[in-house]
Amino acid sequence: MNPLEFRDPARARELSEALERTVSAIGRNPVSVMHVCGSHEQAIARFGLRATLPRALNVIMGPGCPVCITDMPEIDEGVALALQGVRVATYGDMIRVPGSAGSLADARAAGARVDVVYSVAQAVELARQSSEEVVFFGTGFETTAVATAAVLLDNPPANFSVLSAHKFIPPVMEIVSEMPDTRVEGFLAAGHAATITGSGIFEPFVARHHIPVVVAGFEPLDILAALLCLVEMIRDKRAEVANMFPRCVTREGNRNAQEQLWKVFRPIGGRWRGIAHIPNGNLRLRDEFAHVDARKRFTIDVNALWHRAPSTLVRQCICGNIMAGIASPSDCPLFGRECVPDQPVGACMVSSEGTCRIWHQYGGVPDLRAPATDGCLRCVPTPEGGMA
Amino acid sequence: MTAVVDFWGVKRRVRLDLCDEPVQVGDYVLNHVGFAIRRIPSEDVQTTLELYEQLLRENTGQGPEDLMAADVRGEIEAGRS
Repeated sequence: MNPLEFRDPARARELSEALERTVSAIGRNPVSVMHVCGSHEQAIARFGLRATLPRALNVIMGPGCPVCITDMPEIDEGVALALQGVRVATYGDMIRVPGSAGSLADARAAGARVDVVYSVAQAVELARQSSEEVVFFGTGFETTAVATAAVLLDNPPANFSVLSAHKFIPPVMEIVSEMPDTRVEGFLAAGHAATITGSGIFEPFVARHHIPVVVAGFEPLDILAALLCLVEMIRDKRAEVANMFPRCVTREGNRNAQEQLWKVFRPIGGRWRGIAHIPNGNLRLRDEFAHVDARKRFTIDVNALWHRAPSTLVRQCICGNIMAGIASPSDCPLFGRECVPDQPVGACMVSSEGTCRIWHQYGGVPDLRAPATDGCLRCVPTPEGGMA
Repeated sequence: MTAVVDFWGVKRRVRLDLCDEPVQVGDYVLNHVGFAIRRIPSEDVQTTLELYEQLLRENTGQGPEDLMAADVRGEIEAGRS
């Protein structure tokens, strides 16, 4: 297998031209589709795909950045635990996300033990190598939740527990598609998540909302081919689930991983930062796993954080509207000024999967045809993009 | 159970307990946060490519041969292993 096969510029150009023809045939402007995955936004930005897409095709990034949708009270729980003296391990970007009174990085600067791990398995190792309590602050969607489930089913050491802020993607698509300002005509679903859940999980959604869903991989050709498939369904007024990532995704998904996921977690309603309350959108540990549930094992004193003054800039942050697909980073008064990757105000500027961070790094919609006249930054796709 | 996975030159130990089916030395897997979540059958890679070609044929009326520039084909062939 050679990844270059999925970056072939000649095929990319053909797919782009086919997209242009199909979107023109629809005859509306804009045709709005949404993806719900930070990795899709990264690929679209990194390979400069937005510059090659039809002007009338609006590809919106939805609530697909796991760091960004982790709600402030959840971050506060992690920060409070760390400040109480419990060792907290979590995925990289999480430690810089501001809660209502500081981030885990701030807690670490104040003397708390906070570890960044690549995998939950590393957090288990940290616990094995010490006698102190280690809490894994588990964030992310079904793809990372299954990993958390796997370690909990594999006899973790007695000093290991989990603070679950895991989220489940399919329910948020229901909410976003009903938001009056968003008007999504089709969804690109994340190939990694669908590898676990199977493409079949979107069938009830499509039947209810008559909005097509295409499962997409992460190479440029994967995304272009999936977008073409999606706009063809929009043109033909067909609402179906299509799987354009068959090398990884089946209709049934990974049954083994699903069994482990639902053995450990149950879905409950809860807020996604900046979006809404999402019924069944949060994954919490089942009662059988109370002994490894940090919320049950510790008294988490979030109130102790309240004497710290929250940032007034946070109130101007429009991350929520950006994740709901009704605003772009350039609509935010803070973007690129008060809010930059080194000093993020909102979660979208923290994560490498956040819309603001990606737009700040690569430019939003690089315009390769016209010279800059409005003072905005223009970016050129990186050489490895191969989209010449 | 774990396996050593070669990520284009970087070797990492990856857990296999979430994988959908048994893996053997030489298989491709989809990795996420240190866990293999799918054994990728080599024939499925081919299926994906054929899917693109079919889409293009339907949309352009041309065969896949017209779409691949010779130099790119050479590059891909050189990298195929």
